[in-house]
Amino acid sequence: MANVPAGLRYSKEHEWIKVEGNVGTIGITDFAQHQLGDVVFVELPPVGRVLKAHEQFGVVESVKTVSDLYTPVAGKVVAVNEALEGAPETVNTSAYEDGWIVKIELSNPGDLDALLDAAAYEAHIKED
Amino acid sequence: MSTLPLIFEKSTAGKRAITFPKADVPVTPVEELIPAELLRQKPAALPEVSEIEAIRHFTQLSRRNHGVDVDFYPLGSCTMKYNPRVNEAVARAPGIGFTHPLQPAETVQGNLKLLHTMEQWLCEVTGMDRMTFQPAAGAHGELTGVLLIKKYHESRGDSDRKKVIVPDSAHGTNPATAAMAGFEVVVVKSNPDGTVDLDALRQVVGPDTAGLMMTNPSTLGLFDPNAKQIADIVHEAGGLIYYDGANMNAIMGYARPGDMGFDVVHLNLHKTFSTPHGGGGPGSGPVGVKKILEPFLPVPTVEKVGEQFVWDWDRPQSIGKLHGFWGNFGVVARAYAYTLAYGPELKEVSEYAVLNANYVMAHLRKYYDLAADRYCMHECVLSAKSLKNEVGVKTLDIAKRLLDEGVHPPTIYFPLIVEEAIMIEPTETEDKATLDRFVDAMIRIYKEAKEDPERVKSSPHTTVVGRLDEALAARKPNLRYRAE
Amino acid sequence: MRYIPITQADKAAMLRDIGVNSTEELFAANIPADVRLQRPLNLPAALTEMEILSHVRELTSSNANLQEYTCFLGGGAYDHYIPAAVDTFISRGEFLTAYTPYQPEISQGVLQVIYEYQSMVCELTGMDLSNASMYDGASAMAEAAGMVVAQTGRKKVVIASSVHPNYRRVVKTYMHGIGVEVIEAPLDHCELDLNKLSSLITDDVAGFLVQQPNFLGHVEQVRAIEQMVHARGGLFVVAVDPVSLGLLEAPGNYGADIVVAEGQALGNYISFGGPYLGMMATREKFSRRIPGRIVGATVDTRGQRAFVLTLQAREQHIRREKATSNICSNQALNALAATVYLTLVGKEGLREVAGLSLQKAHYAASQIAKLPGYSIACKSPFFKEFTVSCPKPADQINRELLGKKILGGIPSSVDYPHISNAMTLAVTEKRTRAEIDALVAALGEVK
Repeated sequence: MANVPAGLRYSKEHEWIKVEGNVGTIGITDFAQHQLGDVVFVELPPVGRVLKAHEQFGVVESVKTVSDLYTPVAGKVVAVNEALEGAPETVNTSAYEDGWIVKIELSNPGDLDALLDAAAYEAHIKED
Repeated sequence: MSTLPLIFEKSTAGKRAITFPKADVPVTPVEELIPAELLRQKPAALPEVSEIEAIRHFTQLSRRNHGVDVDFYPLGSCTMKYNPRVNEAVARAPGIGFTHPLQPAETVQGNLKLLHTMEQWLCEVTGMDRMTFQPAAGAHGELTGVLLIKKYHESRGDSDRKKVIVPDSAHGTNPATAAMAGFEVVVVKSNPDGTVDLDALRQVVGPDTAGLMMTNPSTLGLFDPNAKQIADIVHEAGGLIYYDGANMNAIMGYARPGDMGFDVVHLNLHKTFSTPHGGGGPGSGPVGVKKILEPFLPVPTVEKVGEQFVWDWDRPQSIGKLHGFWGNFGVVARAYAYTLAYGPELKEVSEYAVLNANYVMAHLRKYYDLAADRYCMHECVLSAKSLKNEVGVKTLDIAKRLLDEGVHPPTIYFPLIVEEAIMIEPTETEDKATLDRFVDAMIRIYKEAKEDPERVKSSPHTTVVGRLDEALAARKPNLRYRAE
Repeated sequence: MRYIPITQADKAAMLRDIGVNSTEELFAANIPADVRLQRPLNLPAALTEMEILSHVRELTSSNANLQEYTCFLGGGAYDHYIPAAVDTFISRGEFLTAYTPYQPEISQGVLQVIYEYQSMVCELTGMDLSNASMYDGASAMAEAAGMVVAQTGRKKVVIASSVHPNYRRVVKTYMHGIGVEVIEAPLDHCELDLNKLSSLITDDVAGFLVQQPNFLGHVEQVRAIEQMVHARGGLFVVAVDPVSLGLLEAPGNYGADIVVAEGQALGNYISFGGPYLGMMATREKFSRRIPGRIVGATVDTRGQRAFVLTLQAREQHIRREKATSNICSNQALNALAATVYLTLVGKEGLREVAGLSLQKAHYAASQIAKLPGYSIACKSPFFKEFTVSCPKPADQINRELLGKKILGGIPSSVDYPHISNAMTLAVTEKRTRAEIDALVAALGEVK
């Protein structure tokens, strides 16, 4: 059973976001990493890039498949997890902690309202 | 014992294999001929070995490789048939293997005649009007074909046709090709048997449709009975239709894409026309077209003028060139020899290819799920879905266990629309005894999966290497040898 | 029935097991009558093996072939010596009749060969990584153009007009597909005009494509060009003759971002233009942008080093319409020929091949330049090809040479009309002094 921590917000594209102040930390969910299998590469956006909500900002590759990353919220990329360049498998081993992907400074905090809470996301992945 | 050193690891300074005659012309110091800034400072660190070391190295490597010559190779969609040796002799004939591509046409009339004749023969087999041999592989042929479609619409000032429709059962090359030709890809859902869903198709065609790419028989090994209606739907919308000839081995002499309404078609000579796959290439992907696309063919075409064969470069509407010269001529020459060996009996190639696939399916359907319960054409698609649900043995495990039986596994996990797919294409060049041996192996693995699933999941057990860590290969790419 | 090993008795038994009376039932169940071909294929009657061989011999006997004619044609296809052992390995069924190594456990042979090939390409070019090969030099260059466009997001590429004319055609064909403008940089006689080039290399140019040595045989000022291109944020693509790298600087050492090459000269039959070997190498930072198959080293369950296709997420079978290219095959057998070739000639041998070609080409050039009416058309240094101005149209001279069983050079009139009555000659290590002298004498006798 996939781990879906309470307190985070989720997108239907299987990203999670944790908001502290006006900065959101974004990664992919435990469900998503499990579906992908062994993650071998994460393509990160440049710091400073301004993203619209739902815009593609990167790619996660596993051995046999590949998945685009979409930001659930609009904003500016203020940090990327450079540790993933040397250890992409962290996305598998620690999806919600060390395996975070980008931090985004929210330009429209209202975007968060459209996202799912843990219970709704759990229901969503059961349908999938 | 199982790790073979790299040829670099066998290198010893000063060892030589081939040497060359001393210069028989006056020698000028290199520095006087080429400016120092353009000269190499350090020679390339190529291996230094004796000839016998080289021979043993590559011989030992060859023994770690499976080929059609070694044993059965039912890799679906790839048509791994026997590669006749006379074709190799033909490719090495002095007039073929030892002619330069830029020789004046009058000194290579035999080669131009071969291309001209082969063009006519393949037009007869496919029902098309003209053909180009420039594409070096199937995917290259696809690119050529889709660029022809693009140019056709451009020539009519029909610039809004930006979309190419591809069924979701298609080979990955189809959408990749459409994108390379600058088209937006529209994926249309297939029926569960891989045939095109006509209602879904009607919903996506329109004034923005440039064309549709399809494989028939589909990647499920089933002929789409609506081929003509599909062509009509696309044509009425003003689009053209492209035939991916990957599965041509199923229908030679029985049906022709040209008669089904296709406007452009590619063949894979390395599949249907028996030329060797060579470990991944070279292939040859000639493209045939109907008259309406002829003006756009790549330059040059071969034309017969009186008794002479000439290159025709004067084709102002041509899409240009796809290959540095004339395509993989040596491969075309092999396919020419193959066509000579059969003539109209090419029909029997397809007859026996279909017989063999149905024979395998008839024997395995009791054990494995069928993607579709219909007589198949040249390949059958099974699924290990039930086995996976019951005992956790996946298609991948079955494939690996087959390695222990000495046969190459079928294509697996393709087509994407079939869960746990196992795609078996025996080809017509296998006899009943070989098919029986394969069937027995597949049944043995099925039974073993139920009795001792771990044995299957941990296979292969007898190969020189075990399963590989593919995640490591992709995470920490090690793509070349580096001297320490 | 030539290659179909099923007896009539077997066929009957198989039909019984399937549950049909004839194969016709299988076809009838699939193909609707309205698309069935109702007549036999109109092809000549089947031939036996003996008949095939004599048919082909007769068909091609009139071709002037390189076993009987002395070849001074080049232009991307060269008559270099092929060691006898090369054919041994490209004829071995385990290599010849295998497909792409999808099952690594039984494909270590091909996989290790490709890994060794990639390593050799990196050594030759001075680059970080190589793919498993592409169709040919021209399409490799076109794929490189696509790569620089994808990498930079710019929609314009500049190509030297001294690049092989057919390569330029192929680049334009590919770029038309993705709506990229191709601009040809003009020449100052035989090499690029660097002043004009600098005005063409603007901030919106994705990359610049050059050939070293160029189609006319002469060297370009690659170091100056590299600075021009990189100063504007473009990428630098260099096409090379791999044999020249026995002597000439590795492009990795003068700033190339992508190196492509036609690898035919490395042990592959000249075979009327194909199958050849497209080579492509690049920098590590573009490892996920390079098209084509790539082999990597890893370990197996038993801890042994082993080889596997890797970085596959770039490719069409996974990424479909977002793939770096639609290419799925490679020219593995030609890459095998190149690997065996480079192993047999080795570090010293490649220098010798390059050195002999250089010396013989310069001998030929100096002898031809002494003939009345002939001169070397270009002043810049050259490697094994050079362009000669002749007293008459090159086609006419070539016709006279043919009578003496000599295949003369490539006429430059079509693609380089500003160099009149010229031909580009190629001289490899295979040409003896006697053959060169015969060419010179024949040129001198041209009426």
